[in-house]
This record gives sequence, structure tokens and C-alpha cells, in this order.
Amino acid sequence: MSDLKKIRDEFTSKLKGKLDLAELNQIKSDLFGKNGLVSSQFKKIGNFDVSERKKFASDLNIIKDELHDLINLKINQIEKANINEKLEKEKIDVTLPERSFVRGKIHPVSQTIDEISSIFSEIGFSVEEGPDVENEYNNFTALNTPDNHPARDMHDTFYLDEKKERLLRTHTSPVQIRTMLKDKPPFKIIAPGRTYRSDSDQTHSPMFHQVEGLHIDKNINMGHLKGCLNYFIKEFFEVKKIKMRFRPSHFPFTEPSAEVDIGYEIKDGKIIIGEGDKWLEILGCGMVHPNVLKNVKVDPTKFQGYAFGIGIDRLAMLKYGINDLRAFFDCDYRWLNHFGFDPLDVPTNYRGLSR
Amino acid sequence: MKITFDWLKDHLKTNLKEKNLLEQLTNIGLEVESVESLSSDNQLFKVAKIIKTEKHPNADRLKVCDVNVGEKELKKVVCGATNANEGLITIYAPPGAIIPKTNTKLEIAKIRGVTSYGMLCSESELNLSDESDGITELSKKYEKNIGKSYFSKSKSNLIDLSITPNRPDCLGVKGIARDLAASGFGRLIASKEKKIKLKSKQNLKVKINKEKGQGCSAFGSCLIKNVKNTESPQWLKDKLISVGQKPISAIVDITNYVMLDINRPLHAYDADKIEKGIIVRNSKSGEEFTALDNKIYKLEKGMCVISDNKGVLGLGGIIGGTRSGTEFDTKNILLESAYFDPRSIRNTAKKLNLDTDAKFRFERGIDPLSIETGLKKAASLIQEICGGEVSKIDIQKIESYKTKIINFDVNSFENIVGFKISEKEIQRILTDLGFIIKKEKNSLKLIVPSWRPDISQQIDIIEELVRISGYDKIKTIDPIKDRSKSTLTQTQRLFHFLQRAIASKGYLETITWSFTDQSYNNHFREAGKEIKIVNPISSELGVLRNSIFSNLIMYMSKNLDRGFKDLSIFEIGPVFTGSKPGEQKTVVCGLSAGKKSRLSWIDKERNIDLFDAKRDVVQTLNEAGYNSDQFFIDSQTPNYYHPGKSGRIFLDHKKDKVAAYFGEIHPNILKKIDIKTENLIGFEIFLENLKLSRKTLKDQKLKFSVSDFQKSERDFAFVVNKDVEAQEFISVISNVSPNLISNIKVFDVYEGENIPDNQKSIAISITIQSSEKTLNDKDLEKINNSIIEAVENKTGAKIRS
Repeated sequence: MSDLKKIRDEFTSKLKGKLDLAELNQIKSDLFGKNGLVSSQFKKIGNFDVSERKKFASDLNIIKDELHDLINLKINQIEKANINEKLEKEKIDVTLPERSFVRGKIHPVSQTIDEISSIFSEIGFSVEEGPDVENEYNNFTALNTPDNHPARDMHDTFYLDEKKERLLRTHTSPVQIRTMLKDKPPFKIIAPGRTYRSDSDQTHSPMFHQVEGLHIDKNINMGHLKGCLNYFIKEFFEVKKIKMRFRPSHFPFTEPSAEVDIGYEIKDGKIIIGEGDKWLEILGCGMVHPNVLKNVKVDPTKFQGYAFGIGIDRLAMLKYGINDLRAFFDCDYRWLNHFGFDPLDVPTNYRGLSR
Repeated sequence: MKITFDWLKDHLKTNLKEKNLLEQLTNIGLEVESVESLSSDNQLFKVAKIIKTEKHPNADRLKVCDVNVGEKELKKVVCGATNANEGLITIYAPPGAIIPKTNTKLEIAKIRGVTSYGMLCSESELNLSDESDGITELSKKYEKNIGKSYFSKSKSNLIDLSITPNRPDCLGVKGIARDLAASGFGRLIASKEKKIKLKSKQNLKVKINKEKGQGCSAFGSCLIKNVKNTESPQWLKDKLISVGQKPISAIVDITNYVMLDINRPLHAYDADKIEKGIIVRNSKSGEEFTALDNKIYKLEKGMCVISDNKGVLGLGGIIGGTRSGTEFDTKNILLESAYFDPRSIRNTAKKLNLDTDAKFRFERGIDPLSIETGLKKAASLIQEICGGEVSKIDIQKIESYKTKIINFDVNSFENIVGFKISEKEIQRILTDLGFIIKKEKNSLKLIVPSWRPDISQQIDIIEELVRISGYDKIKTIDPIKDRSKSTLTQTQRLFHFLQRAIASKGYLETITWSFTDQSYNNHFREAGKEIKIVNPISSELGVLRNSIFSNLIMYMSKNLDRGFKDLSIFEIGPVFTGSKPGEQKTVVCGLSAGKKSRLSWIDKERNIDLFDAKRDVVQTLNEAGYNSDQFFIDSQTPNYYHPGKSGRIFLDHKKDKVAAYFGEIHPNILKKIDIKTENLIGFEIFLENLKLSRKTLKDQKLKFSVSDFQKSERDFAFVVNKDVEAQEFISVISNVSPNLISNIKVFDVYEGENIPDNQKSIAISITIQSSEKTLNDKDLEKINNSIIEAVENKTGAKIRS
């Protein structure tokens, strides 16, 4: 009997016995290790005549594969049995609570500002900002509201000095002045931000948010203003149609001036924007007054355009059904959690403004 | 401005309905604030007389009144007014009446055990005036009206208009009618002047002092002698009541009527109480007078006063004085119709905190050419009702009215408004509004009506035309979706990124006021300037915040009081460094309280700590594109942080500007604020201190190279003085061979047994990998030794065997 057959017979019968993983690995190493029985046979191949070499090599490979497969089969069986045994023991109550997580939220005003920016971005507006503390000139005088103008009474102003030269801006309109003084026309900007009036009751907060819009170019007229606001309101409230009414009004810094109402109705206690026969005032606007343009060294015979101002908090209240303005700034955990937005919900044009 | 359709019809001929009127008013910029129906309900309010009063058995301040309401039996009414005395004639509201002010329906009610059948009303409750001190007092003349309705029957609703400050002419019914007529709503009825005989000379001398800052430029007057002041006739009373005014006496009622009708404020003096003529002059500092509101006013220098030889009679155009006021027994009156400068009126009224109907009109600008019309209209009414002889009219002037002329380019309208109207239509509208038009070659020469102080240039004309034509004619031009400039600047993008990055780590975003409580602010102000608000809402909101912490900590405390224990909040917004525009910084400020895990079946319970905050800050900065391997961190922080448990972060070793602080809030502050939580951790990130990368993301992403050669991990433990910081170890090790050392991780810090006092053991795992080859044992050995040598030499540490 050749060595090969002997090895085969011996190990096949050995492998028939009950073996554990360690014993199997030992056999594997005895056969196929560096100086294992099978491995060392391969070294003999060179000793044979050319005529016998081929057969020997072929036999050896057959035996090698046979034993190899046999061992692996055994190992697999054992491992599988081991896993099954383990699985039997490892059973856990998956209804136990997960590790705790906390969700952060974005304030509805911030979310609304992002929505507004996203909408105006589409039609080419860029975002400008200005300081919260303003001088009297930028907040009033440059905006064609000279000292002693009765319109100043409508703005209950917080002052920072007795001479009333420094104040907390009462609207975002001074950003118009800053922008136009800084750059050259055309201008196409929005300016969201904090605004302040010394007024505090159920519907007024001493701090609130406005967004200013300004579009100055060569041939901008009231039709463009109407179109821009009509587009904005439709996009913001995510409705196809909007009922909108321009009403003549007066602001010192625009002429002609308008207040804009949108149609609404109350259905099942909820406000529906865009339909119905009730009117809701939502913003003020108009053509920038030539005096304002002169104040910022823009030639009103060459350039003209519109400006508007919208209350952001009020927009957020209307869109998301928030009743109380003062709650915006009360930091009640429950309120923030309820009305806040997930930070991953960034308003975009392709995903939509809101879910 | 309160009007009724009936009153409007004195000036406007129209067949249209009230519903159309309301729409049209709003369409032409005279916004309808509210419409009150007076007709149906107010008939219930009756003139009544208190017959007897008794003290309420169960309440000291209440009285039980027996009231004659014109029925057989007296009504028992409980009343709290101090002036509810026997004999008073007042206004009674029966159960079922709706009180105009509160809009509540009256019911029979037990008040402290005594049943009250109705109520006696104050003027304020009836919306007659702001007078809420006591119940309405009616004159004896009403005795004959007891049991009759106080308000006359009127079919007209009370329409309250919000008139914008540029339109003083619409503070008179006639002005409103003129606007309506121009817009096609009816036809304006030309005012007929009643002819009266002006016999005698006005022999009371009037002089306007020519002095600097003189607030009066014209003073018209006439004397009316031998009048008999009386109660107004019913039509006049009804008219005033219909717009919510309380009739007083014929002379006062007539001046009020003329003011409301044609916006011409007048003042009537008792001529016999004037000492030797009128002098209109600037007040002297400290002068005093008692005004018709029964208050004594002390004047500053330079206020426009009407005076006589004895002193101040009244504040011109604002309020008259009691000394020369008219009464029922007044015989001779001087009627004043003057022009006062809006600026002067406004300054005076502001300084004295006075608001009257006359002031409201004069500060907006009265028609300077209405002096005579007003005097004649009032004088003829006075003569008609009170009798007497009217003198000739005397007008003193120191300045004449100059006519305003505007050259109007007809094409400018379409250019601004976007639609066209014919020149004929333009002329029609302007004529209806009172303009006088002369057609010139390329333009219209317009003479502006004297009652329109708001009109001075071409754009004002355009506004008139589009307002009257209708805003609904403006075409909607859809915007073009085109963007030539990026929407946000890099800083603005960073702002939004940080905002959402922090929120995504479990923080609720708050927005708090930019002002705060001084005492809270002082905890966090450090050396910063305190910026006071001169006129704060309340003393607790008296300063601009120097740090966001002051508000966050206050609201955190409130939330903890609500029973929430583990909470993270943040705000991104301004803090103020000075009171000049621009002296502000944008800060992201976060605050966390309580425990990181509480009552968990799976995790060990632990308090939130500064390393939680540090992770949030470092991760956020990292996400925003700043390489945290470059950060330099030390422990120098403001005093409101725990001195040993707080740190500051620089973006690199140059330590240019502080990027952020993090740490525990100082225990002293927690004690003072009395905030109860396991731990309070905060951070601040300073937006303006974060350098903006000049490279865009797409530039940064160009290079991608990784090594596939085998990497090795080696652990080291060193013993070192306690004050040597982990950062120093990492810095020394990474410098040994920056190409080969790819990761350094501190995985254990230990003090105590087996380690000498003042020393600690620090264990570090280091990943070594080459990008060129697989390192062999010899290479690794060499690096190991270099690491040990460098650490020992530079930090004074010793390797633990």
C-alpha cells in the first residue's frame, strides 16, 4: 500500500470518531501544517520519474482535497452547533427602552426666516443685515420721517441716551439706508432681523421680528411690487391661489404706499389662508420715496423701486397656528418642543419649505 | 376719526348704500377700523334720576340707589361711584342692554347679596369719553327727559376711520366727502355760506408778537355780544352724540361741530374775562395756568401761549384755560380761529404730555385759508342759537400763506404705477380733489389746495391719482426666477450652519429678548460696559445684554421650576459691547442642566459635565469645517465659569481670537440665582472670531490619499506631574513623526495608589502607519523609542514599565 493510501485510510477512520474543535484543528495541522503528512508528500513529487510524477501528483491532490473537505465539514458542523447552542441562551427583551436620546429643535422664527430667505432667493434677492442699535438718522430721518413728524408717534421707541440719538431700531427699514449707502444700485435685498418697540401686551412684544424687502432698479414699478408679494405669499403659505388686496396707506418712506390684506376664513376653528371673505392685514409696502433715495445719494430720476416690511412672528403664527405672540420669547420647554422644527428640516426649494 | 353716513350726506349727494361706502373708504386709503351699530341697542339707555341712596349693607364702597327711570316704580341699582348722590341726573342701563365699552350684556345680578336691576353708567362705559371716574352727570335741564332715551334715534352706524397722519383734511367730514366724490362715490355738495350781518368793529386788540420761534402765524377773531348760552338744539346734540361726543353747551358744541365738520378748530373765550386784549407770545419759563382739563400746567420757555395782561389764557391750538372759559352765563364771547405751526404744537404737547382734539389736528396741519370760513360758520350758528351781534372779522398775520405749485409730468404716472390713465381722467380727479390746473406744453401746472400740507412734489400727485383710480388696477407682473448674486454671505451661511449643528446635538433653540435684568446681566458682564435703556418696559428689562447667559439661565431656572430636570437650550444672537451701532457680537450660547442619563436600566447614571459641552462645541466646529487637531485649548475663562472646570478654544496655536468657551457655570452664581440642578454647563461660540476659509468645499475636497499598508497600535503609560496637560502630550507625540503617527488617543488618566503624590499616570494609544511600506519590527521599535524619548525630555514624564 502506498503511503498516500495509508494516510487516507488512517485519517478517514480517525475523522469518523467524535472530535472537538481543538482535536480537529490538531489533525488539520498534522496533515497540512508546514511539515504535515500531506504537505511533506508534496515535496516528494520531484523524486519521481517523469512517467510516474503525473499520477502521483494527481493522487496526492485528490487525497488532499478529500481530507481537507472532511475536516472543514466537521469544523462547520461543530461551529454551527456551538452558535445554535449560544442562540438558545441569548434571548433579550427587546421591548425594553432604547438608550435615551434628546431631540434638539429650531425655533419657529428661525425656521420661518429660513423659509422666507429660500423663497426670495429664487427670485434673486440676497440677505442683508444691520445692527440692532441704530442712530436716530438711519431709523427715522433718512427714511423721510423728520423729527416732530407725527408718524414717529406710531413707533414707541426705546432710547439709549437722553438726547435720543441712539435707539433700538423700530423696524428693519434702516437696513435699506445702510445697504444703499454702502453699494451702488441696482439693489435687490431682504433684511430679516430683530426689531423693538416699547409696547407690551397680549398682542405686542417689546421685541419682534421683521423682514424688509428692497428692490431698486431702472424700471421697477408697482406692478413688480404686486407680483413679488403675490409670489411670496403663495409660496410661503404653500397654496396655489391667494386672495390679496392692496389698500392705499401712508408710510413716510414710501409713496405711493399700501397695506396688503390676504383673504382667509375660519374652518373648524382653524384659520385657512387664501380663501374666504375675511381680510387679514399682513404687511406694509410701497414705492421708495424720492426723498429717501436722495438721502442715500441714489438719483430718483434714474432709479426707482419698491420696499416692503413684513412681521415674521405674525407669519409664523398664521402658518403654524400659534396663538400667543409672547410665548415665542418665553422659552417654555414644552412650547419649544411642540412648535420647534427638527434641525434636519432645512427649508429648500427642491424638498419643499415644510413637511 | 368717527363719522356717520348721515353726517357725510351733509356734504355728499349719493344713492349708494353704507356697505358700498365702507368698501370705498378703505379703497381710497381711509381705512375703516370698526363699525358700531348704535341705533338698535342704545335706545335702551335712559335718562334717570337718583332719588335716594343707602349704604350697601355688606360693602363699604357700594351704595344702593333708588332710581327714577320714568316708570311707576323706582329701580334698585347697586352703584360704586362716589358721585352717585341723591338728586343726580345720570344715564341708566336696564338689564338686557349691551354696554358699548365692554360689549357685555347686562343681567339682573346680586351684588354682595343685594339685587341690582341694571346699572348707572360712566361716560367711558358708554364710549362718550375716557372719563371713568364716577357716573355720567347730566345737567338739570335733562330733568324733563327722565325716562326718555338718552341717545336719539339714528339710522346711521358709527364708522371709525383710521386716518393716516398725512391727511389732516380728512379729520373733517367734508374732507372725507371730497375724497369720496373724487373717487366716483357721489357728488360733493358745495358749502353754502350763510350770510350774517357783521356790524360792529372787533374792538378787542389782538397782537401776535414777532419773536423767534413764534408758533402762531395768523390769528382771526370776532366778538359776539349779548349771547345767551344755552343747551344745544336737539339736531346739534344728536349730531355730536352720533359720533360719540358729549354735548356741553351751545357755544362749545358749535365750536366742536365746526371742527368735526370742516376740520377747523376754534376756541371761544368769555370776552369779559380777557384783560385788555389778546397777546400771542412765547411763554416765559415757569409761567402757570389752569387748563380746561382742570390741571395746572407749568410752562417752559418758548411755548406758544394766548395771553392777556394778567397772564396765560391758554396754550394756542392745544387747550384753553379755565379763567376765560365760556359758561352758561357768558354774555360776550371772543371767537378764535388761528393757524399754529405743527412743529411748535407738537413740541409743546409732547413736553406737557397733553393730547387734545385740537392738538391732534394742528400738529398735522390745518388749512391756513380756513380761518375766515370757520369763524363765519360758527358765528352764524351761534347767532342762530344764542342770539347776539357779531362783529367784523379781525385777522392778524405775521406770515402769509404761499400757494404751492407743482409741475406735473403726465407720463410719470405710468412709469411709477405701471398702468395708464388718460390725461382727461387725471385732470378730472385732480379737479375734484381741489387742485387748480393750468395746462402747459409738456406738463400740467397744478396749484395745490391749501388743505393739503402733504402734497409738495410730483410723487404726491401720482399717489393721489393711483389712490383715487384704485389699487386694483395695478397689474401683477410676475417675478423672474433669476439669481445673479448668492443669497447668503459666507458669515450668514456659517450662522445658519452653527444654529442647526447645535440644535442637532439635542439643544432646543430659544429666542430671548436683547435686553435683560441688570442684576442677572451683572453676573456675566465682566469688564463690559453696562448699556442702559432710557425708557425700559420695566426695571427688570433695563439693560442690553452683555451675554446671552443672563437670559438663558433665567429661563432655564423657570423650566426647572416647571419640573423638567435634564434640559439643553441655546440661543444664537447678539450681545452688546457698547451703545453705538455695530458694537455687538453674534454668539452661540448653550446651557445644559441636570444629568446626561437618569433612571436608566442600561446606562450608568451620571451628571452632565463639561466634556459633554466640549464635545458639542468641538464637534460643531469640526462639522463647520475647522480641524479639531489644530485646536489649542487652555483654561483661561471669564469669571462666570468655574475656574477649574472650564476652558477656552482657539482654532490654532497662534491663539488669535477665542473661538469658544465651555465649562461649568460658577457655583457662586448658581447660589445667588438659587437654581437647583445637579450641574449647570454652558458654552459660548463667537461667530465673528471664526476665521472664514478662503477655500470652498469643492477645493478642499480635491485630494484623497489613504495608506493601505499595515498599521500598528502601541500603548504607552507615562507618569508625570499633575499639572502637565494631555494636550501637551499629544502635541509632543504628534511632532515625533507626523508622517507615521496617524492617531493618538488618551484612554486612561489615573491618580492615587502606586503613583507618587502630585503625579498622575496617563495612558495613550498611538496608531502608527506608513504611506510607503509595511513597517517591520525594527522600524516600529525605533519609533517607540523616539516617542518615549521625546515625551520624557519635553514633559518630564517617565514611562511606566
